[in-house]
Amino acid sequence: MTVHDMKHAASDSARLEAVGGRLSRVDGPAKITGAAHYAVEQQLEGLTHAVLVGATIAAGKVTAIDTRAAETAPGVLAVLTPDTITELKGASDWFGNPPGVQTYCPLVREVTFSGQHVAAVVAETFEQAVAAAALVKVWYDETPAIVDLSDGKAGDGIPIDAMTKEWGDAQAAFAEAPARICTAYNTPREFQAAMEPHGLIARWQGDELTIWEPSQWLDGMARTYAEWFSVPFENVRLVSPYIGGGFGSKALALAHSAVAAAAAKMLDRPVKLVLNRPQNFTSYGGRAATRQTVAIGADREGRIQSIVHRGVNETAVDGMWVEPLGSVTSIMYATPNFSSKQNVVRVNTVVPGAKRAPGENPSAFGIESAIDELAYELGLDPLEMRLINYAEQDPHAKKPWSTRQLREAFAAGADAFGWAKRSPQPRSMRDGHQLIGWGVAAGTYPVRRAHGEAVVKILADGSVEVESSSIDMGQGTYTILAQTAAETLGVPVEQVSVKLGDSHFARAGVTGGSRLAGVMTGAVYKAAGQALDELIGLALSDPRSPFQKLQANTLQVRDGRIASPRGEGPELSIAELMSALGRDHIEAKGDTLPANTTPEERYKNYTTIAMSIPHTEGDWSRHSWCAHFVEVRVDEDFGTVRVSRVVSALDSGRLYNPKLAESQWKGGIIMGIGQALLEEGIVDRRHGRIVNGNFADYMLPTNADIPDIQTISVGIPDPHSSALGGKGVGELAIVGIAPAIANAVFHATGKRVRDLPITLEKLI
Amino acid sequence: MRDFAYLRADSVEAARNAAALPGAMLLAGGTTLVDLAKCGVAEPATVIDISHIEGLSAINVTSDRAVIGALAKMSHVADNAEVKSLFPAVSEALWQAASAQLRNMATIGGNLMQRTRCPYFRDPQNFPACNKRAPGSGCSAIGGVTRGHAVLGTSEACIATYPGDLAVALVAFDAEVDLGERKLRVEDFFLAPGATAEQEHDIRPGEVITAIEIPGSAAARRSTYIKVRDRQSYEFAAASAAIGLELEGDGRTIRDIRVALGGVATKPWRARAVEDALKGKALDENTVRKASELAMEGAVDHGANHYKIALGPRVVARAILKLGETA
Repeated sequence: MTVHDMKHAASDSARLEAVGGRLSRVDGPAKITGAAHYAVEQQLEGLTHAVLVGATIAAGKVTAIDTRAAETAPGVLAVLTPDTITELKGASDWFGNPPGVQTYCPLVREVTFSGQHVAAVVAETFEQAVAAAALVKVWYDETPAIVDLSDGKAGDGIPIDAMTKEWGDAQAAFAEAPARICTAYNTPREFQAAMEPHGLIARWQGDELTIWEPSQWLDGMARTYAEWFSVPFENVRLVSPYIGGGFGSKALALAHSAVAAAAAKMLDRPVKLVLNRPQNFTSYGGRAATRQTVAIGADREGRIQSIVHRGVNETAVDGMWVEPLGSVTSIMYATPNFSSKQNVVRVNTVVPGAKRAPGENPSAFGIESAIDELAYELGLDPLEMRLINYAEQDPHAKKPWSTRQLREAFAAGADAFGWAKRSPQPRSMRDGHQLIGWGVAAGTYPVRRAHGEAVVKILADGSVEVESSSIDMGQGTYTILAQTAAETLGVPVEQVSVKLGDSHFARAGVTGGSRLAGVMTGAVYKAAGQALDELIGLALSDPRSPFQKLQANTLQVRDGRIASPRGEGPELSIAELMSALGRDHIEAKGDTLPANTTPEERYKNYTTIAMSIPHTEGDWSRHSWCAHFVEVRVDEDFGTVRVSRVVSALDSGRLYNPKLAESQWKGGIIMGIGQALLEEGIVDRRHGRIVNGNFADYMLPTNADIPDIQTISVGIPDPHSSALGGKGVGELAIVGIAPAIANAVFHATGKRVRDLPITLEKLI
Repeated sequence: MRDFAYLRADSVEAARNAAALPGAMLLAGGTTLVDLAKCGVAEPATVIDISHIEGLSAINVTSDRAVIGALAKMSHVADNAEVKSLFPAVSEALWQAASAQLRNMATIGGNLMQRTRCPYFRDPQNFPACNKRAPGSGCSAIGGVTRGHAVLGTSEACIATYPGDLAVALVAFDAEVDLGERKLRVEDFFLAPGATAEQEHDIRPGEVITAIEIPGSAAARRSTYIKVRDRQSYEFAAASAAIGLELEGDGRTIRDIRVALGGVATKPWRARAVEDALKGKALDENTVRKASELAMEGAVDHGANHYKIALGPRVVARAILKLGETA
């Protein structure tokens, strides 16, 4: 729960305050000054520290654990093993499907990946726990592991029929097409690599559990804890005031979360457990490694006749993750014939998870590389190729787009980039030893919709509080909800404080899939509107109100002052009116659910993703769109690729705060540069273990790797996508960056790199 | 708790005495020691903090020689005006090393003691076999992930790459390390693994690095350091080269040339074969490229690091040609 001092954040211009204004992040000063306390920074009386012991094999059985040395080490309170940790109940999955198992043990006897939690030590201090954890001896009966997709034992995997998308006769049309390409694209295991590690503090008071944990989904995680420990949902309070980066990784309560909460219960003391950096590479899943083949057949003019797409992603031995590889393939271009199918292959890894634009991201790497290859095959400009095959409606859902400003994005981006000056031949532009290449690619992300609720309170002093159990992981929830409430109520934004990150507040679903801003601005708009209606209603009808005699139909609030629309009669501040009314607050809870929603449906709506609204529901197909234009410089001797320019034009509909939207777009583009050039979880094939699980060896871009990035908004309000007309922002911009860079590298060098990342040895 | 004794030395003499204790390790900037203690590689019995010793951080540079105190910070040396003008390769190597934060903490003496980044060396819990850590236990890297490993100076015991930048420049210019009783050429101070991978430096118990001395030369004045890596900053070299060049009065015949490589070998690697092939020759691209290939004499790859054999000579050639252009 956090209140920000809006006076520091708000700027002079009143326009900034409104929805659509470029208000700076209201949580910025707290973060910069260190006043922002993250979840695991809470200071609690009697806090103990837990450290995990990870498996050193990738597959096999734990045959024995010797805890004696650890138990007698200084400060040690408990050593937990599968035999001694308190038994938990199985929890339902994030769709709300009931658990397949009755009981759940977060410490394993059967090891299915290297680093899996086998034991844990709890001690009075962190240092004591670290030292004692090193004394725990584990014996294994090791069995052969399947280390990755290229493992000989991996096989073809499991067909995921739900991923199949087909129309026309794709195989036949491909065979008959006069121009064809058929190529394979691979993306490696990648990690979210948030600066803030995963971790939590768990505290039991009787049968009430409080968890301080960075979370993209308080209500969903609270449900999981409640089910594990068989306590009512209301008994679990999750607190997550700030999140130091989530990128999809912090939406679920995980095995290490269960260990900490179980330890706290067993010891009846609060327990803090924070994963160390290497454990952040093995305790939850990053983006699954993927393999795709894309076959495109076209006529001589470049019109696509058929797309045949096959994809595979890795998943875990004991868990299922489907990275939907046909998601962009099936909608980006018009084609009369299409086929996409996908398998998943079980390997010995932690179950992969969501990383920024799961599915769309690798999908776009395939199709946006392949269409580029076909353009060169046909001697067409890659941008022209894309325009020739522009999809005027959703080719898969056969529905019109709600809005699709992709043509506008191509035009605006090409113009700002200077695409017309491009020399078409590969390897035809250079500056000394630097080969220069220009590449283009498109991206898209569906508009995922859900419901949320918010409480808006008008207080006696005229200030306003907004409460929601949604969260801000840097994307700007604190800021845009303040803007929404300020505009709706007609008060200055510095009078609004937003409280987020506490599951005891009004409920919200998952912050993921770029849905939160659209959901929560809608909920706050509604709640604030109800609060305003109540205030005006009281002002008009309450005998104590100075407006009561006015016999007016309505009143207006502007800059925190209330008056009749035509200005006759009194003008009061909200505080003066509240005082006259004798009220200490007015409170309204608003939600976006239909009025007849049952309590059970509400619970399901906020604690599972089962009630998400499909992006093709009803008459429209709803997506964000973007076009990236990239310049690279490739050293002809060294093979090093440097991105020297990025211009991206993006359609996220109406922007609630352009400054924050641009910041998120740039974040996505930067992450895409890392994906294209640097990021790869490298597995030792003998041990099935990630060997670069740290920030020195898992390469992320530094400031020096990032050029000036120009983003251009080409969106228009989309009334079919959200209450206020916005579409998704956070995930869109990473989609298409990697292929744009790979396409630029081909243009620079004449070498097509189809395996990410594009490291120097692939070009020398 | 992993307890250790902490001693603060106020003089070099005190540091030497304490350094002779069994299990003693020196602490200067701490950027290597603290890191290795965290990953369980360094478990000192006694930590001797030498960072408070007076008079060890001076940087004295004349055209004859640079004398750099062991406690001088990397960032200070990199930014020193005389170092920049008389030993540009030294400054450039430092600027391209580590990150700004690390350069502000790390010392020159400590920099020479930096350990390898071999991931197997750095993870004792998962990879017990490492001849550097536990002599005779074997090498986990051979047969494993080897993209960053050395192609020169390797042995069956160890293929770990020497990761630093500064020492590559020092080796090129015949710098010496001052150990008090002894002065050693930096090139001899670093040891190739051979059968004794655990011995990385010729330093004895009780010895403390007090300074580095770099002889001035025309080649050092006209020198450069090129570092190639996937990431623009804060990454160890895939391959690097420190080059010094002195031309005859004709402006094209090579009188003196110094060639050392980083990122490709188990120690900072002087490539005398390249120097010998170029001395007395006219500086032209073909000659330089051909001679640069000699840097890889005896190179052995372990699969994923094969690219270094192609990359190393290209970095050398680029650096020589760059210096040639600045005539």
